[in-house]
Amino acid sequence: MIHVESLTKTFPMGDGEVYALNGTTFTIDQGEMVAIMGPSGSGKSTLMSIIGCLDVPSSGTYSLDGVAIENMDDTQLAEIRGRKIGFVFQQFNLLSRTSALENVMLPLTYAGARGAERHERALKVLERVGLSDRTHHTPSELSGGQQQRVAIARALVNEPAILLADEPTGALDSKTGVEIMDLFQRLHSENGQTVILVTHDPYIARHTDRIIQLSDGKILSDEVNHHKILAGTPRAEEVV
Amino acid sequence: MLLSENFRVALRALLANKLRSVLTILGIVIGVATVVALLSIGQGATASITSQIRSGGSNLLNISPGRQQGVPGGGESRQSSHLYYADYELLQRTLTDNISVIVPMSQSSYTIKFGDQSFTDNVSGTAAAEQNVRSLVVTNGRFLTDGDNKSDALVAVLGSQVASDLFGSVRPVGNAISINGVKFMVVGILQSKGASFGSPDDIVFIPIQTGYNKLFGETSTFDGKQTINNIVISVKTTDAMDTVSAEATYLLRHSHNLKPSDAADFNIMNQTDLLNTLNSVTQTLTIFLGAIAGISLLVGGIGIMNIMLVSVTERTREIGLRKAVGATRNQILVQFLIETVTLSLLGGIIGILLGVLTATIFKATGLIASVVTISSILMAFGFALAIGIFFGLYPAFRAANLHPMEALRYE
Repeated sequence: MIHVESLTKTFPMGDGEVYALNGTTFTIDQGEMVAIMGPSGSGKSTLMSIIGCLDVPSSGTYSLDGVAIENMDDTQLAEIRGRKIGFVFQQFNLLSRTSALENVMLPLTYAGARGAERHERALKVLERVGLSDRTHHTPSELSGGQQQRVAIARALVNEPAILLADEPTGALDSKTGVEIMDLFQRLHSENGQTVILVTHDPYIARHTDRIIQLSDGKILSDEVNHHKILAGTPRAEEVV
Repeated sequence: MLLSENFRVALRALLANKLRSVLTILGIVIGVATVVALLSIGQGATASITSQIRSGGSNLLNISPGRQQGVPGGGESRQSSHLYYADYELLQRTLTDNISVIVPMSQSSYTIKFGDQSFTDNVSGTAAAEQNVRSLVVTNGRFLTDGDNKSDALVAVLGSQVASDLFGSVRPVGNAISINGVKFMVVGILQSKGASFGSPDDIVFIPIQTGYNKLFGETSTFDGKQTINNIVISVKTTDAMDTVSAEATYLLRHSHNLKPSDAADFNIMNQTDLLNTLNSVTQTLTIFLGAIAGISLLVGGIGIMNIMLVSVTERTREIGLRKAVGATRNQILVQFLIETVTLSLLGGIIGILLGVLTATIFKATGLIASVVTISSILMAFGFALAIGIFFGLYPAFRAANLHPMEALRYE
């Protein structure tokens, strides 16, 4: 469970400061599928990096599964990231010249898992994203959609509490993007995985159950999505 | 993360940029190879000088004429000083207890002819005991004898080089050579001792009395007394050397009529002193050579740091990703440090092999004596490791301190 309260984040700019987040409060329960939306500059990336423990807030509190994060040091944050959070990025961020399997094993290396266990867990999670037959391919030998699946497998391999995806379909064509959304929805419905999507695309946001709209570092709206799109249904239907 | 795993990751990163890695370690390779080769040559020089001096015989005192420099009354020092055959006879008569052999030597350069061949070589007038003092080995014929000296025999023993120069394939023993127009019978040939400091290979040995009476003429007399170039004393034990040296000094000062305030007009050189002096010279030289090579190692280290900084910048996103999936600051630090250390150690190992090879080639071709010691290899290896750590720290800290979010967004 994520609970943030009165979160602010300021960055120095010129002589003064600029607020990227300005008093944000919300709660995301375990097993939710939420989209955080907003135009660029709305603070959604900053919010994502704080939720993902890549950064700490300037003020306010953030508790993740009851643990206060806001005052943790670098090493503690790294440990939380490794254990509780799985990142999926727009640009995949796979290690080049490195096989899919080894890319997926990377978080386990830092978590201190043993060689054989790493191998086994990475294979299992690659199977879950449908890439059992691509384990020894390097990123350059995989399509964009396959690369993003490897990245999702990497995010899942430590069985994190939260799957945090930053514009996961942004670098993909729309058909592949839908396949990736389908995968997120399946992971969510089959395993009860908490999924947080950060996007500027309303169409992608509508694949989730709840949409939080940000603007100028503040929450504009926080509503249940009554028109959830199930990925795989033809796009024509949802245009109505 | 295990250390072995870190090395694997480092090797993979280095192999991803093979040409760059090779060029980067080239500085270290050259530096380490130079250190190893130069140290080997320095140590080889020391060893060969030591063995050359030792091969001359052991526990030797060498007395030669000449004033020590820098003494008061410098005007006097212009006056040439001499050792006389009478000095030799005095020492031989008096110093009986501690010495095993005492040999006079009078040496000059003469033209030596056999058939059409003509060379200028050193002719050394000496006694039979010379053979023991210098550990000379006769390969053919015999050495000079006391009888030769008593009878003023016109006989000569040739150093190996002189023999091969003059005679080529002709067997020298039994043939006559001409030294400055005087005919001498060759009675023996010496075994080669190799080109070295004071090697007997280039010397023709004749009985010293024959020299005075038939060859040297006016050049070997002063004030009507026969002069000699030096007296070599072989002392029975190392402990007795100082005693013998003091006794000889006393006797010679007395026979030369020196007042207590006068500087000695002869030098007594102890073989051990000579060794120490020469060793300290070669040691200084070795340190100097090593320092020059060390500078090239330093330059190599700066090259590595430069490339590692470029690499950290290039891999900013990778570092961000590693941090996002749970790598701590220290793990990133260690990863990059190990990459630098791997580079410098690879360079070190290749450099050591190259250095040993160079030293071996030098040795095999006989150009320069060289001795590869474990200590010089360990030193070069330690240097390479230290440089890897030293120059790797800054790039590694740069990588470790990157902010994960900014690193992930780096274009």
